[in-house]
Amino acid sequence: MLIARVVGELVATQKHPSHEGQRILLVQPLNLDGSNRGDAVVAFDSVDAGIGDRVLLATDGFAAMTAVGRPQSPIDMAVIGFVDHIELIPDFTP
Amino acid sequence: MYLGRVVGCVWCTAKATSLNGMRLLVVQPLTPELKDTGKRLICADATGAGAGETIYWVRGKEASFPFLPAEPPVDTTIVGIVDSVHVRR
Repeated sequence: MLIARVVGELVATQKHPSHEGQRILLVQPLNLDGSNRGDAVVAFDSVDAGIGDRVLLATDGFAAMTAVGRPQSPIDMAVIGFVDHIELIPDFTP
Repeated sequence: MYLGRVVGCVWCTAKATSLNGMRLLVVQPLTPELKDTGKRLICADATGAGAGETIYWVRGKEASFPFLPAEPPVDTTIVGIVDSVHVRR
């Protein structure tokens, strides 16, 4: 799972039938210092997240499918929670 | 899933039999601002996307799910055609 920020939404009419009724978010994965971690990705929303929210992003297919309740659906990323607070061990150097 | 744009087609004559009839497209990954990013790749198509269209594609085992019950050996598949993108950084 990654920490990410919701930066946008997208609309798609023609898509896989199992994607009907899902909100499609653009989320930017973040490093722990808040900087961008690679490029933004497309993820489904299972928690009603909005633009600007800091969220938890599942990047595994099974986790994402389960979160949005669509088994056997071509989904590999889903927003599964909001991040309220992150506490790091002081002086921890990975 | 990832944003992308269809920039070309691939034709294969000799291929895995479960790939027969499948469209293979060249996809350029995009940023939310629709700028090119990263290297181009080949995706199977589950939506009927055409050249120049903005799409989103899925990576991994899930990429074969649109073709169930067949299980073709694909690892990237286009699963939606994007109408509009709303970004607020």
